[in-house]
Amino acid sequence: MGRYVIRRLLQMIPVVIGTTFIIYTMVWALPGDPFAGKCGDRACPPAYISMMTAEYNLDEPLLVQYGLYMVDLMQGNFGETFRGTEIVNELLQRYPTTVQLAVIAIVFELVIGIAAGVVAGLRRGGFIDNLVLVSTLVVVSIPVFVIGLVAQIVVGVQLGWLPVTYDGTVYSLILPGFVLGSLSLAYVARLMRTNLVENLRSDYVRTATAKGMPQKRVIGVHTLRNSLIPVVTFIGADFGNLLGGAIVTEGIFNIPGVGNMIFRGIRDREGATVTAAVTILVLVFLLVNLFVDLLYAALDPRIRYE
Amino acid sequence: MATTEPSAAPRPPDAGAAPLLEVDDLHVEFRTRDGVAKAVNGVSYTLSEGETLAVLGESGSGKSVTAQAIMGILDTPPGYVTGGAVRFRGQDLLQLPEEERRAYRGRSVAMIFQDALSSLNPVFPVGWQIAEMFRVHEGLSKKDARARTVDLMDQVRIPAARERVNDYPHQFSGGMRQRIMIAMSIALDPDVLIADEPTTALDVTVQAQIMNLLADLQRERNMGMILITHDLGVVADVADTIEVMYSGRIMEQASVHDIYGAPAHPYTEGLLRSIPRVDLKGQELSAIKGLPPNLSRIPEGCEFRPRCPYAQQICHDTRPPLLEIAPGRFSACHFAQEVLEGDFDNAEQ
Repeated sequence: MGRYVIRRLLQMIPVVIGTTFIIYTMVWALPGDPFAGKCGDRACPPAYISMMTAEYNLDEPLLVQYGLYMVDLMQGNFGETFRGTEIVNELLQRYPTTVQLAVIAIVFELVIGIAAGVVAGLRRGGFIDNLVLVSTLVVVSIPVFVIGLVAQIVVGVQLGWLPVTYDGTVYSLILPGFVLGSLSLAYVARLMRTNLVENLRSDYVRTATAKGMPQKRVIGVHTLRNSLIPVVTFIGADFGNLLGGAIVTEGIFNIPGVGNMIFRGIRDREGATVTAAVTILVLVFLLVNLFVDLLYAALDPRIRYE
Repeated sequence: MATTEPSAAPRPPDAGAAPLLEVDDLHVEFRTRDGVAKAVNGVSYTLSEGETLAVLGESGSGKSVTAQAIMGILDTPPGYVTGGAVRFRGQDLLQLPEEERRAYRGRSVAMIFQDALSSLNPVFPVGWQIAEMFRVHEGLSKKDARARTVDLMDQVRIPAARERVNDYPHQFSGGMRQRIMIAMSIALDPDVLIADEPTTALDVTVQAQIMNLLADLQRERNMGMILITHDLGVVADVADTIEVMYSGRIMEQASVHDIYGAPAHPYTEGLLRSIPRVDLKGQELSAIKGLPPNLSRIPEGCEFRPRCPYAQQICHDTRPPLLEIAPGRFSACHFAQEVLEGDFDNAEQ
């Protein structure tokens, strides 16, 4: 197990190098001048351009640029934005909001998704089952920005239950969290239902009944534990995704998260900002995935890592 | 209707007189989109203490469905018991509400399944799964249940039981897994043990070990055992009585000795001829021609008629009832006597 974790951690090194290189190359290789329009209506003075070019090693070949950048990164130096703020500070400022949003979304997925799936699976063909199947289909088919805007109008404006946009409190993240989690929530509900229905027909559930176990125990212990394994791993992987920020949801609810930062970075050709943020996201994603794989082994004893 | 405390060992008032287990005119059908399949059509048999009853038949003959109906673990829907009774010491289990019936499972009637790997829960240690019997039915503490579990695993001859209680089903071999199934089923000292093809999924050498183990346990505990199988070789050594099932009905019922000596039904005869024998090595193995009937469209008259070498007009017109043809021998064939005496040619003309 320990060896497996170490191997997985070592595997992350080439992955991180590869992804950062691709991102770095893509951002700086984009056609156009990164300093166009940075100085208002006038063209930027040559002195400014030469200073910035030196600062970001832009006159070096791409590989050298990237190498110098990575050396800085390894030393914990994330660099500065064009405006001169430390990128690391901006990340530190924005990341907690993204994490909060992701956690809220995951809680919705866990609680509502699993509950809906279990109820639907136990009463297969019943009213709730059909309700879950139809409503999840609707959620899956509608783009997230539509759900976001409808949620703002209905819950935020008409009912007035929750704030329409982000005001710096966790409370105002509930609605965007729900919107962000809604798509995966639908998948979780369906996955849970399918697994439950399948496992209810399995031989070991029949054995549990034949052992004289009460119905509650047959379902709650024998069936549920097995049905939850794929659902939990799905939710874990989804958490890794959500920690990468949510450009659309953050945009709709005006949330200053990482997604928003990356979006603006790409728009303004802030190569250093984008690369730094993506490096962090890749690392987080890889670590969460490793955690999910370990969780999978913990839930299903048939899986062992050597 | 006699009611018993669900928690206490169920013992109806007339426990002394009634047979241990009595299946009486049981009917089971499966209602599917393609129609109604009549899986069990009037099966009756009785089982007494210490008796081993072998239920023989091809796949789809209704032998497992009968067992599931006895246990009350039929998949409903699509399976429904449409008639008959299953009496345990006189108490009709089919009439009991679910919670009372549950008390009989595992405690009075226990069951072993064919495929131990899929029948054991993959995510719980085997010891946990056995101990669950003691913890749920008898309310034992974790520690006591575990001690009883190790004991039980010893009894079914699992080596190093103490070290292996926390292992998972996939870590055991097929034979060991079936021993765990057996340990689980005998945990509460049931009066009736139903073994549904307990050795079908195992190697031949392991089959013999498991059958010996079952026979020993049955003798020690004086259990009534229903052994469901399609393997005539397995039956010969352990069974007292044999029921031959076909198309959801009993075709022949007799003691092992009688049936192997001289079958009284053409189907049994065909089954016995299809056993590979060392002294006939090199010769073509005899098989019963044709296929079992579609249970949604069981033919008129005798069910076995389309495959029977002796079929006559009467077999087409009338379904032969299960009749006693000699003391303790029953056959559902119009020509049972002729088949029994082996002079079938006389009946033909």
